[in-house]
Order: sequence, then structure tokens, then C-alpha cells
Amino acid sequence: MSIKIETPLTDTTVKKLKTGDEILLSGTIYTARDMAHERLVSMIKNNRELPFNIKGSVIYYSGPSPARPGHVIGSAGPTTSYRMDSFVPLLLIRGLKGMIGKGPRSEKVIEGLKANCAVYFGATGGAAALISRSITEAEVIAFNELGTEALRRLTVKDMPLIVINDCYGNDLHKEGIKKYRSLKI
Amino acid sequence: MKMREIDVKKITETVKRLCVEANTAANKDLKDKLSESLKNEKSPAGRAVLNQLLKNLYIAETEKVPICQDTGFAVVFLEIGIDVSLKGGSLSDAVNEGVREGYTEGYLRKSIIKDPITRPVNTGDNTPAIIHTEIVPGDRVKITLLPKGGGAENMSRIKMMKPADGVMGIKNFIIETVDMGGENACPPLIIGAGVGGTFDYAAFLAKKAILRRIGDRNPDPAIAEYEKEWLDEINRLGIGPGGLGGTVTALDLFIEVFPRHIASFPVAVNIQCNAARVKSSIL
Repeated sequence: MSIKIETPLTDTTVKKLKTGDEILLSGTIYTARDMAHERLVSMIKNNRELPFNIKGSVIYYSGPSPARPGHVIGSAGPTTSYRMDSFVPLLLIRGLKGMIGKGPRSEKVIEGLKANCAVYFGATGGAAALISRSITEAEVIAFNELGTEALRRLTVKDMPLIVINDCYGNDLHKEGIKKYRSLKI
Repeated sequence: MKMREIDVKKITETVKRLCVEANTAANKDLKDKLSESLKNEKSPAGRAVLNQLLKNLYIAETEKVPICQDTGFAVVFLEIGIDVSLKGGSLSDAVNEGVREGYTEGYLRKSIIKDPITRPVNTGDNTPAIIHTEIVPGDRVKITLLPKGGGAENMSRIKMMKPADGVMGIKNFIIETVDMGGENACPPLIIGAGVGGTFDYAAFLAKKAILRRIGDRNPDPAIAEYEKEWLDEINRLGIGPGGLGGTVTALDLFIEVFPRHIASFPVAVNIQCNAARVKSSIL
């Protein structure tokens, strides 16, 4: 059974989520990947206002393909999350509550999730056309010149996700792989 | 013997068409293997991922949208018959024009940065392509397009082993590479390995290996046996679909070999994601 949740995320919602929970996420999320993260962190360090309200927000690591005429967005699956790891601690301190991506996170990110009551969701890498169906609105709100790497505001309805790292330090990648590993190296 | 003339415009048209086809319509071998994996996968979370991937391939093909938002670096393999005479301009310009038109008109993502170090500006049309050209017998031109995503490419590795490392050295390096980066590379994966040659050539062989159809074995029975055995071991790593844990980590392992220098033993591993896109056409 999937759990339906909405953005912005609150401590109460995040605390209910456990590693392995299947989620249907609705509400507003923001796309940002490598370049946008560099810029966001630089804005914070220079005391400049961010282009969106980061409190309770969810960032989706995705650089969509261009929308065909009549479509809201192109294909929009997750990119690999570890590349954003070094930017995450500061964003969490500023109020970021959730991240969506693929692949494992660093210890620092996992610690940050515990310290700031936040969550990391996995989306299926390679399922970009399917995931796009849950995106009902898309708009570039900053860094337009970055093309696919621009910061976008998306409205999503029942976006299919799974909790990878909850706010209690659990890790679905580690636990899942341990369970099915039969090769000794 | 009379040369067969081919206008490079034909090359452009074909590359353009292949860019769109490869990125939207999966090959039958991939679909069949994912369906088969759904029966074999023991993890419920793994099966859920495989179900999503199969649904995704169906949506992409019927709606003609990209299978993955990362429509890749356009890697183009050209096999040009020695009896072919190309007319009408430069071959690489023709290929790049095909990529430009395919990626622009096909609504594919442009992922190429012009200057890799100093100026992170997108070229805007996904050019230039990586072009590998080979002269072969005959009067045909075979064009193969491999749109290669960044996430899986990033998990690829090369090692200059010692000759004494032997067969176990190759096996350990391949398995270790999958174990280190498998979760990041969108499993279930396809693994290409290149053994022998020089530093660059081993990497080329690893890339060429992933062009094979799933289930096609190396013609050398000894190597074919390694492919089967080591694939089985990779699938016991437990990484599973989406890296969530499971029994299907890789769909296939392809090994290509070339003679090596007495002092050198290069092994390259090129990782391919579940959105394994490759299309060919013969002119």
C-alpha cells in the first residue's frame, strides 16, 4: 500500500516515513542538478535570497528532456544523487525537507537527514517517461540559461517514489543489498 | 571495380532517424529480457522497479517520447565498405548534422558542454558526436547509434593490470566495478568488458561490447563461458533493480578481447544502464 503525502513537508510527515515505504507524492517540487546546486549554495553563502522558499521544500534531481508541443514536460527521470551530496548539508540547515534522486547518499547526507528531520526518496532511474505522467505543471523559475539544468517548479500528482533514507538513519540500498547478497568477495 | 557512390546527405538522414528511434523505441531483446527478469527477480521492490521499466518502455514507444531524459552522448559507429565512395562533403560534418537535427527536431535532451574545463556552456544541439570509423570489405555503410547516458558511463573503469593477475584479475575487476557503482548506474545493467590492446583500445572494446544483442555470446567458447559464469556472480551481488536489493543486477555481460603487449594487461569495464539504447541501419 502506498502512502500519499503532500508538499511542503513537515516534521510530522517526515517522522512517519520509514525506509522502504512506497510513496505517492503530490504538490510543488523543484528540479535542480549539478549547476543549479552550485548556484543555490553560492547564493546562500553570499546572503542572497533564493528563487524559491526552501522551508519544507523538496528538490528533484532531474534535467528533463524538452516538452513536445501539447506536453507539460518531456521525459523527467532522476539523475544520480551522489553528485549533489556536498551541497546538501547547507540546504538542509536552510529548511530543505526532501530530495528525490537515484543511488546511495554519503554519510554526511544521512547524518544531515537525521539532524534536520528530512528524507531522501528514490525514483526509478530509467523510468522517465512514466514519471513524467505524474507532472501536471512545469515552469522555469531561475537559471534559464542552463537549459535542462535550469531550476524548475513542478506540480506533481501521485509521483511514485520509495523512501531510501528516512530521518532515523536507515538506508534501503544497504539493507536491500545485504538481504539478497550471496556472493562472497 | 566500380565504386558505389553514397551522398553524405544519406548519412545525415540516417543518423537523424536513428537518434530519434534509439531514444524512444527499445529493442526487442531488451524488452524480452526485462520481462524474463520479472519472473526471476526474488525481491518485491525489485519486481516493482522492473514493472515500472516495462511500463516506461511501452509509454516511450507509443507516445514517441524519450525512454530516459538523459538522451546521452551520441556515440556513432561507422563501418564503411572499401568499395564505397562518399560524396557531397565531410563525413564527420554529415554525422554531426544528423545528431543536430535528430536531437533538435526529436525533442531530445542536449547534454553536451562545449568546453569541459573552463566554460560550462551547452553546445545547444548535442554535438559533437563521438565517431568511430572502421573500413570493412564490401560496398555498404553500416551506421550504429549508441546514445550513452552519463550516469552509467560515470561508473565505468579501466585498469592496467599486471600480466600475472590472470583470468582472476579480470573477473575481480569486472565484479568490483559493478559492486562499486552498480546502484548509481540504473540497474539492471549491461556490462561491457574490453581486455587487451592498449589503454585506449581496451576502453573502445568495452564500449563496442555493449552494442551486442542480449544473449549473444562471444564466438570463443572459453570467453563465452566466462561471460555466463561471471554474469551469474554479478547477479549474486544483491544490488538488484534500482539498487534496492535483488537477484537481477545485470541483464548480460559481454567481453571483447584483443592481443596484448607482453608487459600490459588492460581491462576496461563500460557500464550500460537499463535504458540500453542502440540502433543500426545499413546503407
